[in-house]
Amino acid sequence: MRQPLLALLAKEPAHGYELKLALEQIFGQAYPSPNIGQIYVTLKRLEQDGLVRSEDVEQTTRPNKRVYELTPAGRQALRAWVEEPSEGPRIRDEFFIKLILAPMAGLADRMSLMNTQRRHYLGIMRNLTELQAETDPADTTARLLIEGAVLHLQADLDWLERCLEELV
Amino acid sequence: MSRSASKGLPRPPAPSAESPALLRTSKLVKVYRAEGVTVEAVRGVDIELAIGEFVAIMGPSGSGKSTLLHVLGGLEPATSGEIWLRGQRVDGLSTAGWAILRRRHIGFVFQFFNLLSNMTVADNVELPALLAGATPRQARKRREELLAELGIADKAVAAPARLSGGEQQRVALARALANEPSLLLADEPTGNLDSSNTRDVLRLLRRAHSGGQAILLVAHDARVASLADRVINLFDGTVADDAKIVPIPRTVNGVGDVLELRG
Repeated sequence: MRQPLLALLAKEPAHGYELKLALEQIFGQAYPSPNIGQIYVTLKRLEQDGLVRSEDVEQTTRPNKRVYELTPAGRQALRAWVEEPSEGPRIRDEFFIKLILAPMAGLADRMSLMNTQRRHYLGIMRNLTELQAETDPADTTARLLIEGAVLHLQADLDWLERCLEELV
Repeated sequence: MSRSASKGLPRPPAPSAESPALLRTSKLVKVYRAEGVTVEAVRGVDIELAIGEFVAIMGPSGSGKSTLLHVLGGLEPATSGEIWLRGQRVDGLSTAGWAILRRRHIGFVFQFFNLLSNMTVADNVELPALLAGATPRQARKRREELLAELGIADKAVAAPARLSGGEQQRVALARALANEPSLLLADEPTGNLDSSNTRDVLRLLRRAHSGGQAILLVAHDARVASLADRVINLFDGTVADDAKIVPIPRTVNGVGDVLELRG
């Protein structure tokens, strides 16, 4: 949450609710809807860390709103985040640990572990294909986000098959 | 023998009176023997498909999924075991018997489309209906409906080779559905398509299924498999799993949670 907020503030100063709306508008329903409380907490921490600063803006008909803007340190932190490569998906998969250890402990056989996991993946895939069907094809951001999730999931299923071939 | 989609399928006669299965196999086996080498591709498979049901077959390569589909469509003979379609035992049919059965009751879609390259799109789609005894007028009407529904009405006079992969697969789907088959068999129907064409084929399969079309398809692509009511997983020529697909419940936070699950 920190970096997306910094990135939005790099464009222009904004208050918390505007940031929530901007995230929703940019990523659409393919992204977890940001919780407003979480946004305010994050902004407060960013301010404590000196990455943003804020001031109250008086409004005539409503309570004051707190508008945040990026500090030079914030811009530097944002630049560092943008320039470094991002972590790939995790490789030390929790399921894999289960698959290796559970049969050793006599807790489950591998075939049934794999079947359970495959059913779970396919359930998620169903959600994703439904989401994809509901998403406006012109909404490139949401479409690519879903497609990325689909490809990761397909890779997980392929890996499951490889495990099946080698371990059962 | 004709049927109207609105009236649904005729009730299959006994012996499947106790089970309304559209397709059922019992101890199905397919063994290939060539030059002294024996390969047991399908080793005693019992599966069932209800009328209107959509079932996907998954499994590692070499698990026997395509072989199973080909045997079920009569493209290759079973070595032993039983296949029942619409209450009729069909595993002992001759090649000609299978051809007639397919013409009337089974539509087939392949990974590489398999369209007749020297015929137009329209002729490809009309041919099965004509072979099954429809009048040219009926065949044409059905073809026009199908191509319009699949969004390729403007390609009717084109040669298949002039079409994109996705369009060719839509034509193949139209051809497979031309005779309102009891069962649509599909072997990796999106295996050769990019993601936008895959989306189109998914949409069409979903629509056919919601219109009551029974579908049995082999898919490595989990997007296709996830549309099914049920997924059968083959491993080493046997059924390793057979389960309904249960979508993960959507939460208050909306569908975005699905993506968050993937961390």
